[in-house]
Amino acid sequence: MKGLRTIKRYFRDAAKSVVRNFPLSLASISCITITLIVVAVSIVISYNVENFAESIRKDVTVVVFLDNDTTEEQVNEIEKKLKKMDNIASIEFKTKQEAADEAKEGNEIFETVVDGWTDDTNPLLDSFMLKVKNVEEIKETVSEIKKIDKVNTINYGEDIVDQLVTVFKVIEKVCIGAVIALVIVTAFLIANTIKLAIFARKTEIEIMRLVGASNISIKVPFIIEGLFLGAIGSIIPIIATIYGYIALYDYFGGKLFSSSLAKLIEPNPFVYLTSLLLLGIGMLVGMFGSWRAVKKYLKI
Amino acid sequence: MELIRIADVQKTYKNGVVALYDFDLSIKKGEFVFVIGASGSGKSTLIKMLYREEKPDKGEIIIGGINVAKLKNRKVYILRRKLGVVFQDFKLLPKLTVYENVAFALEVFAWDKKEIYKRVMQVLELVGLKHKVRQYPDQLSGGEQQRVVIARAIVNKPKLLICDEPTGNLDPDTSMEIMKVLEEINNMGTTIIMATHDREIVNKMKKRVIVIEEGKLVKDYEKGQYYNERA
Repeated sequence: MKGLRTIKRYFRDAAKSVVRNFPLSLASISCITITLIVVAVSIVISYNVENFAESIRKDVTVVVFLDNDTTEEQVNEIEKKLKKMDNIASIEFKTKQEAADEAKEGNEIFETVVDGWTDDTNPLLDSFMLKVKNVEEIKETVSEIKKIDKVNTINYGEDIVDQLVTVFKVIEKVCIGAVIALVIVTAFLIANTIKLAIFARKTEIEIMRLVGASNISIKVPFIIEGLFLGAIGSIIPIIATIYGYIALYDYFGGKLFSSSLAKLIEPNPFVYLTSLLLLGIGMLVGMFGSWRAVKKYLKI
Repeated sequence: MELIRIADVQKTYKNGVVALYDFDLSIKKGEFVFVIGASGSGKSTLIKMLYREEKPDKGEIIIGGINVAKLKNRKVYILRRKLGVVFQDFKLLPKLTVYENVAFALEVFAWDKKEIYKRVMQVLELVGLKHKVRQYPDQLSGGEQQRVVIARAIVNKPKLLICDEPTGNLDPDTSMEIMKVLEEINNMGTTIIMATHDREIVNKMKKRVIVIEEGKLVKDYEKGQYYNERA
């Protein structure tokens, strides 16, 4: 009962204090708002870049051609071996007849040529179409497949894949670095703003100490106040993220450069998760700022 | 019964100023003690050490069984809950009403609202400010503000009331009113230590007087003695 009353008092005091020190609260809130908007933009960009990278990665197909004299049993054998490999996400077998059928589609010249082939004269090869889980390990996977008996050639657009792998790695690191740096900078910026706000209330803390408030009971309301400031400060960034991103998504029709690879992430649930993340960052950073700021004044 | 025991206390500030040395003092429960001395005599240092705003370099300060000299920063509240402090510059919170300023000191105890109301109104009546509970400090006169401070200091029923020149900013008539309130509190059993410059008050009150000069206790007049300047 006593503990509950204390907690209730902490929250009431924190809310009162936000209202009573409104000009200073507003300074802290707007500082949080502005930085959270920048954080939101960088989150949206980095997740979308990550998404492009992911969709390109998924699109990389390794085609494994088998020797012409491979028997059906041997094909099954090879499939078993491929299935055992860790890095392979999906396996699709295509007979040379299927390959021929695909080739003649939509092309009259090919059609007549391909129709002339019999099972023996078909120059195409049976093949496995593979998708890999981790494109960065594609080289190792390919060299492993090469060792399998009856594998003729392997094709996966070597050069382009190698280049893409390098570029993705760089982009990913830059994005993660940018978001982390921004969050840290925000935390300290807000800590300083709140420090200014709390400086104005030095006397209040001094008097609290004088009348026998323990350090914890002085700190907690300030930390809760920081949590409130962070939550209030994240309202505008959250609204901007939700409506802004949905508008952007609709405007571009869900993809950039009308390319089927550069798809934007669907707003639902992405914007809501981002909003939660912003709220979380805002509250944590507000609490951190208050805690750091009030600590200084507890030595009187 | 001894409430305060100060033994062999020494305090030197970082800039080399020796504020107090070889200082011994004993104060019994229920006493009213004036601490007098010129500016820079160490009087304020003594007062500040009593509520542990300053720590002595050497020696012992025991208040109600608590060794103040060895008290850790985060345990200071235990001492402060046993005493009240009244300042020359009031230290009231301007954005809180008279009632809230006094209740502020009780909220640390997590009392029930009704209990807090009862006690706050009780002390405000004692200092004669029951009719101004809803006013803000800047709507009050200096004497009234000081009475709010006294109410805040005694609201948690402390054994000891420390007053640091409480009448320093007040005119003689108002000062005497404040002294009447303090005497009433003393009669109810609270020990009072008061630093002051006001000779008239000391002479009128006829209480124990200790004189500090250049960091040393030089005179200790027992109860009923007048303060004779440099006698």
